[in-house]
Amino acid sequence: MPINYYVFLSLLLFAIGMAGVLVRRNAIIVFMCVELMLNAVNLLMVAFSKYYGMSEAQVFVFFIMVVAAAEVAVGLSIIVMVYRKIHSTDINLLNRLKH
Amino acid sequence: MILLFLILIPLVSGLLSFVIQSEQVKSLAIVSSLATMVVSIILAFVFQNETAFLEIPWLQGMGASFALKAGGISIFMALLTGIVYFILFISRLQVKLPNLNRYIGLLLLTQAGLMGVFLAHDFLLFYFFWELALIPMYFLASQWGDENRVKVTFKFFVYTFLGSLFMLAGLIYLYLQANQSFQYEHILAAANQLDASTQQWMFWLVFIAFAIKMPLFPFHTWQPDAYETTETSSTIVLSALMVKMGLFAVIKWLLPLFPEGTAYWSSTVIVLSLIGIIYASLIAFVQKDIKRVIAYSSIAHIALMNLGLFMNTESAIDGVMYQMFNHGITVTGLWLLMSIIENKYKTRNMSQMGGMAKLAPTASIFLVILAFSNVGLPLTHSFIGEFMIFNGIMQSAFDNHILFMVLAGSGIILSAMYMLRLVQKVAYGKVPKQVESYVEAKDISTPEWIGLGLVLLIVIVGGIYPNVFMQVFL
Amino acid sequence: MKEFIYLIPLFPLLGFLINGLFWKSMPKKLAGGIGTVAILASFILALVNYFQLDPNSSGYTFTLFEFITAGNLQIPFSFKIDQLSSLFLLIITGIGTLIHLYSIGYMSEDKGYTKYFAYLNFFVFSMLLLVMGGNYAIMFIGWEGVGLASYLLIGFWFENKSFTNAGKKAFIMNRIGDLGFLVGMLLVLYHFGTIEYEQLFATMPQQGVPTSTMNFIAFAFFIGAMGKSAQIPLYTWLPDAMAGPTPVSALIHAATMVTAGIYMIARSSVLYNLAPYAQDFVAIIGIATALVAASIALKQNDIKKILAYSTVSQLGYMFLALGVGSYVGGVFHVMTHAFFKALLFLGAGAVIHNLSGEQDIRNMGALAKKMPITHITFLIACLAIAGIPGFSGFFSKDQILVAAYAKNPIYFYLGLLGAAMTAFYMFRLYFLTFSGKYRGNLKESEIHESPKVMTIPLIVLAVLSVIGGYIGLPHLFGADHKLANFLQPVVEDFQIGDVAASTEWFLMGLSVIVVLIMIFLAKSQTKTGIIKEEKGFGKFLQEAWYVDEVYQAIIVSPLKELSQFFSQVMDKNIIDGVVNGFGKMVQAGSNRLRLLQNGQVGFYFFVFVIGIFVLLVLGLWYFPTI
Repeated sequence: MPINYYVFLSLLLFAIGMAGVLVRRNAIIVFMCVELMLNAVNLLMVAFSKYYGMSEAQVFVFFIMVVAAAEVAVGLSIIVMVYRKIHSTDINLLNRLKH
Repeated sequence: MILLFLILIPLVSGLLSFVIQSEQVKSLAIVSSLATMVVSIILAFVFQNETAFLEIPWLQGMGASFALKAGGISIFMALLTGIVYFILFISRLQVKLPNLNRYIGLLLLTQAGLMGVFLAHDFLLFYFFWELALIPMYFLASQWGDENRVKVTFKFFVYTFLGSLFMLAGLIYLYLQANQSFQYEHILAAANQLDASTQQWMFWLVFIAFAIKMPLFPFHTWQPDAYETTETSSTIVLSALMVKMGLFAVIKWLLPLFPEGTAYWSSTVIVLSLIGIIYASLIAFVQKDIKRVIAYSSIAHIALMNLGLFMNTESAIDGVMYQMFNHGITVTGLWLLMSIIENKYKTRNMSQMGGMAKLAPTASIFLVILAFSNVGLPLTHSFIGEFMIFNGIMQSAFDNHILFMVLAGSGIILSAMYMLRLVQKVAYGKVPKQVESYVEAKDISTPEWIGLGLVLLIVIVGGIYPNVFMQVFL
Repeated sequence: MKEFIYLIPLFPLLGFLINGLFWKSMPKKLAGGIGTVAILASFILALVNYFQLDPNSSGYTFTLFEFITAGNLQIPFSFKIDQLSSLFLLIITGIGTLIHLYSIGYMSEDKGYTKYFAYLNFFVFSMLLLVMGGNYAIMFIGWEGVGLASYLLIGFWFENKSFTNAGKKAFIMNRIGDLGFLVGMLLVLYHFGTIEYEQLFATMPQQGVPTSTMNFIAFAFFIGAMGKSAQIPLYTWLPDAMAGPTPVSALIHAATMVTAGIYMIARSSVLYNLAPYAQDFVAIIGIATALVAASIALKQNDIKKILAYSTVSQLGYMFLALGVGSYVGGVFHVMTHAFFKALLFLGAGAVIHNLSGEQDIRNMGALAKKMPITHITFLIACLAIAGIPGFSGFFSKDQILVAAYAKNPIYFYLGLLGAAMTAFYMFRLYFLTFSGKYRGNLKESEIHESPKVMTIPLIVLAVLSVIGGYIGLPHLFGADHKLANFLQPVVEDFQIGDVAASTEWFLMGLSVIVVLIMIFLAKSQTKTGIIKEEKGFGKFLQEAWYVDEVYQAIIVSPLKELSQFFSQVMDKNIIDGVVNGFGKMVQAGSNRLRLLQNGQVGFYFFVFVIGIFVLLVLGLWYFPTI
């Protein structure tokens, strides 16, 4: 399969993720969209690593996945805490940190 | 190696005072400042004609090194720092302050920074110490003193720091011109090769930092507030030593680095200095707060010294060097007295004072003599310094040299006006009714006596036989 | 003597140090003794020095140590001992000893007794430095030192605000003069490369410095003299200086310090001879001061104020002498004036002391019987100052007036007017104080003669006031002018034209007649002993021409206003306003920028994406090949 397909697929995934982060207000959806963007990047890196026959990029992919997993753990727990506090996951209500 | 002691002793003991008990910290401060003073005296009077030099590798990748050099004015200023700190600690032995160990630690750290500024022979190192002296000063000024000290100190810090940033920009430019080296000789050669127009704007880039530090009119507005609100010891360090950094830096860095820039701008700086002398003296004349009188008087005196620096005559520069020392000593004594007076009357407002000559005759004698030293009366050392500066102004090649001399000389009349007003309001007359109930009749304490006595000794010896001190830098 | 010359100022210095350092524990008797003995020792040494002086040489310079050595600035701490300084040494230490002695009695009840003698010793020390100095810098040290001593002694009773004000005024006015002195000295250094008298005056005429410059230098020095010797326009401090103890007024503000200006100009006679315009200026200021001060003295009622204005007026005469080139006449009058004016002040002091501090002559009278010694000596002094033949003042004043006539007869006639006024106010004072009826509040039995320690100085000074003039007999009498011969190697009169013997007799006779008339006028005016309230011109004179008020209005008040403006408006609002303005600008700008940080993560991300996009476009734009 030509590399172009992978590129377009990951571009599409990234665009969907980005649009989701920009448009949606539910924190969990936003969070999922961020994961989507990360995975779009992962996909691209795996594809190019195969294409050039180099394995370093795949190391980064694992690295990103580990970090993403950690992020999910922390992020979701924050969202749970926030939900307990204000009974909502609307990110537009979360602008109170500055005070 | 001996040079390193001047920085290390205060640095180490400064750090040490943060961890030890409050009672021991006083003895530590005295021992440390005595040791530093002894080292500086040895350096000044034993090795006087040799230039001590020390270079330790430091940040070599950046082209900087830990280079210290003592000779002439550098060692003279180090001597001043050593003496002032000793007088300061010995005479304020009985002062009670919250968190005394931290206070003394910060003071000692400032001393390390000051010594570094006076001894550094590498531009980056100089800048490093320049800021190092400022940071503990910021904490000293913002944590001990009057109520509105935080606001005042913030202004002081931001103002002087802004100046330093200009200098940093100039420093980096010179660093690049000197093939990425901060060494004094390389920087000097690079700066001297700059063409005239570059020198002209580089002059201000560097001078503005020094001018704010001095402070030169019209960059002076941080100073009276800062002197007024800070604790006496901090005020002494500020006005006797820190403002001398600006003048010192002009002598050691600005004048040799940018001869053409200096020549181009000297008339501007001279006018600013002359305005400063008269303006600050006049303001001092109507102040009600005793500390502000000394603060504005300090601006006027510094302006005279700065004027001398730009006269391009040997006598004026020699005079300025001597006068920097003299002013440091005299003003130390005056600040000590101001704090004694403030404690006595529980106010700084002159109109609520009077009759100190009766309450505390010894303190009044000290006040009168130091006031006259501040005025530049013969047989006090300030006269020698001012005389040499005036002579330098008269000998200079400017067309208006007589006019400059007369305008600068009007300072001696104006200074008599405000100092005698101060003496009269504080020492003479009767104790006012409203303070009679709580004013303290006791004279100065023994530690204060020792400190002021040392000041007086230097004032008189330096006024009768100035060669004792002048041989250090001549 | 040459090797020990430094002992002359050293003794008063030691006296000052001992009394000054041990003021707390010093017994009263001892303090006065130390002070007096210190000056007496100096006086003895000054006498030895005087007799050892070689009359034909022009003295020597003795260098004590290097004072200032920095680069090309070399100023030694040196003493110049010649006829001029030796004469002044005698006057200062001699009168100084008498006044110290007198002070032991006068100040005996004062609390600040030790302090007083310490200050007085310090004054003598400074005054000796002033006259002994071998260059202008040393003279300047003494010059400012006597100013300091004068400041401290005027404000001696420091609890009284007007006294300390007077001290402050004296010091500041002197400082104005000092600036002139300083400028002159530095100009000399600039043009001639040295301020050491010996080298300077030996080569000064050959240096070819233009006359305009010489005039300027001489003028600058004269400003110094105006301050110290109380000439127009800087004379107003001297009458106020009478706030100090009376012996101080006698020593400092009559006999010695105020004559420093005359000494300085006589010392610089070479310079002034090369500066004709400055010389004329000195003469004009001198005669103007003599007349203005004398006119004010006519209407004063305070015994010390009269003597103060009289001193200003006599100093004017001395400057007139210097200005017309008669340096010897000026120095001669310094000497005789020192005798009789010190005597007048001490006499006045005795009167004040015995009347429990009364200074107003309207409350005196008939003291001649109560205080016979004071009366006689005071009368002698009055005769001397009025210029009655046979008394010292006659000879010196006559010499000045003849020299003035030779220069320009107008000076003579104005000087004669001044002499007439002098005779009038002095005898008005004398008659009101010593004759007529007692008008004061004390019981007459309480008034008595002063103790011996006070009367002996009076007697000695009275003798000197009589015989002091005989060292300067005019050539007219077929005698040698001993003083002129003595001073001849150092200062010589300058271009004084000859006055025919007959004219000189006529001038002398004229002045004697005028003076006698004025004395009788004073006698008849004071017969009743009642002084009316002054009105019109008299009031104007009594209020000292309102000079103080004018100074207050045109100098002091505007300066204060300006300072207030600088302090309150300029510094606080304009300069600091600009500085704070920068701070406020940054704050205001930051307040705007702060709004971007609205806490909306979506907004941050949106901006972030746009930023990435812009960077991408820019990158493609500039590096299209990638």
